[in-house]
Amino acid sequence: MASLNIGPWADDLLNGLWVTVYITLLSAALAVVVAFTLGMVVRLRHIVPRTIARVVIEFLRGTSLLVQLFWLFYALPLIGYRLDPIQVGVLAFGLNFGAYGAEVVRGAINSVPRAQWEGAIALNLSPFHRMRRVILPQALPLMIPPFGNLLIQLIKSTPLVFLITLTDLTAVADQYRASEGNEAFIFGLLLVVYFVLAYISTIGMHLLEAAAKARLGEREKPAEILAFHGPAPEEREAA
Amino acid sequence: MATPETSTVDTPEGSRDGDKLIVFDKVVKRFGDNVVLRDLDFTVASGERVTLIGPSGSGKTTILRLLMTLESLDDGHIWVDGEPLWHMRKGDRLVPANEAHLRDVRTKIGMVFQQFNLFPNMSVLRNITEAPIRVLGKSREEADAEARELLERVGLEAKIDAHPNQLSGGQQQRVAIARALAMGPKILLLDEVTSALDPELVAGVLGVLREIAETTDITMLIVTHEMHFARDVSHRVMMFDGGQVVEQGPPDKIFGACDHERTKRFLHAVIEAR
Amino acid sequence: MTWDWGYAQDIFPDILHAFIRYTLVVTVLASALAATLGLVFAVIRGAHVPVVAPLTTAFIEFVRSTPIPIQLFFMFYVLPSLGLTLSGMFVGVLVLGVHYSCYYAEVYRAGIDNVPKGQWEACTALSMPARYRWTHVVLPQAIRNVLPSLGNYVISMFKETPFLFLIAVPEMVQEAVAIGGRSFRYLEALTIAGLIFLVASYPAAVAMRKLEKRLGHA
Repeated sequence: MASLNIGPWADDLLNGLWVTVYITLLSAALAVVVAFTLGMVVRLRHIVPRTIARVVIEFLRGTSLLVQLFWLFYALPLIGYRLDPIQVGVLAFGLNFGAYGAEVVRGAINSVPRAQWEGAIALNLSPFHRMRRVILPQALPLMIPPFGNLLIQLIKSTPLVFLITLTDLTAVADQYRASEGNEAFIFGLLLVVYFVLAYISTIGMHLLEAAAKARLGEREKPAEILAFHGPAPEEREAA
Repeated sequence: MATPETSTVDTPEGSRDGDKLIVFDKVVKRFGDNVVLRDLDFTVASGERVTLIGPSGSGKTTILRLLMTLESLDDGHIWVDGEPLWHMRKGDRLVPANEAHLRDVRTKIGMVFQQFNLFPNMSVLRNITEAPIRVLGKSREEADAEARELLERVGLEAKIDAHPNQLSGGQQQRVAIARALAMGPKILLLDEVTSALDPELVAGVLGVLREIAETTDITMLIVTHEMHFARDVSHRVMMFDGGQVVEQGPPDKIFGACDHERTKRFLHAVIEAR
Repeated sequence: MTWDWGYAQDIFPDILHAFIRYTLVVTVLASALAATLGLVFAVIRGAHVPVVAPLTTAFIEFVRSTPIPIQLFFMFYVLPSLGLTLSGMFVGVLVLGVHYSCYYAEVYRAGIDNVPKGQWEACTALSMPARYRWTHVVLPQAIRNVLPSLGNYVISMFKETPFLFLIAVPEMVQEAVAIGGRSFRYLEALTIAGLIFLVASYPAAVAMRKLEKRLGHA
């Protein structure tokens, strides 16, 4: 095999990795906020906010992430708002994955047995306390696996930011390819790195799930925590 | 939930005096095409313990659920302690109640469910203290102290920090009773509270309820198949069928020498099954 | 900059053409590949074929967890060095097809698991040969169970086709960006592209939901 000449690239690769991780974390944070906001608004009884939330969710889910990314990067400045590439990336990922997350939030809340709502009503807890003290704590463990799924898909989507001039891991890899060749090596390496990132996220999610379940008095086995299950694209719940 | 219609109706006679705590006035409840309660009238006095018996589908549980505001009223009125439940006063008219009014009247009513419905994300102590703190505004110390007392009464002080899924069905139900009592309701609704329990755990729960019946004057509406318990504890037994009261009277009369054929048949069938 | 309807009308046919010629074609072909290959994977795993089944599982987990763009790059650059010069479209269909076959494999697996145990036992009682059992009893029921999910994945894949422009397939989004770049008017081009996506995917998604309800929730 021709010389890999990886030495001088090591720094750049690590920087690229950092950009990838950084964007993932920020986007995930925004996505969680968006998911809970939209997910709860879409359950309100009042028809106006509910419909607005539904439209926003369907719009964000129905148009492709790349289109949203490009739109924010190319088209938005033309109507007056200029964002720097990192903001564009985080905003696009946060909104898009937040919309999928909203369905997860909604679905999980609906999965809490009706009997729990009735128990809370019988005790005359206010709607706020019902949600905060009884329903949400029981919905949270149900949300974690799908959220874990979405996180892995988020990680898988980060290479897109190289198309909006950010130097993430994929961008550096492409530079390496252009300069050194060795495509099989560098892209193979990238596949492994992304896989490791996915695995770390999965373990993190399993730990979160175990913690959430512990509050319900259920214990998770360590083997479960380390098990790896790949992601699947989010499916649509019956609205 | 469908909301009842606006109407101009005077407060029924006698529902303001301490005597008639619960009044059902021409209550109608439908589920789709199925009319479960039709023009139902009955009253319950303060401190009275009434058992509702009858075949399934006769509307007994629906009555409890209407009182607990878990189902809405289609027609008619319900009065609790002189106040309309599903309606509120506006001037001298009655309009459908809003959430705030429901919450107001609901404080007087507590319910114990067939499936216990304890909150799995909270310990026994917190299950009992959650509502008194959040709704009645009690301090944590006060609520905790009262919770301990109640747990002693139901015989579960030792389990105060346990989680619901570490308890047997009978224990969970006793905690559920303590939880309902912690809110200090005037009316306690018991919806087949032993039906989901293993037979050997039933006695423990019934014992607790007997003790409450003997030591307090809380008004109780009981739906149960436990005829011995009903006989011991109730002042009155009401037999339901097809959403109407077929017969009512003191337990000795109903269980001993009831008037109606329907009641007789029902009781025979139930006693047979035991 | 404001919206120019005349300009939008001008560029619409080009964008739509790119959509049909590339995006739609790739989606259909890749979905067909994914559905078939996924089924093969699922049957291998379901039948617990020694050696091959665990390898298949490892392959599926790995492919599902790594980004499509990287897989595209990998195939696009590596295949020529193995002597295969293939067009971007071909590589695109191949990569998307294999990637999604891994999702489909999971969906089929769930469908197979949901076929009642009694069905398998009846086949044994009737001494049905294994192949027959699969083709005539288990798979028809399994696939019926998961039809809505399969439909949803077609929609998901459709929304990931834009990645193909990384390997020189002039699909719709790249067309839109190129058109936009020529006149520095990105607003109309990208908005049209987005709307075409929405118009194509939303009714399909609604149809899937209806199908799901009719089949009584897979």
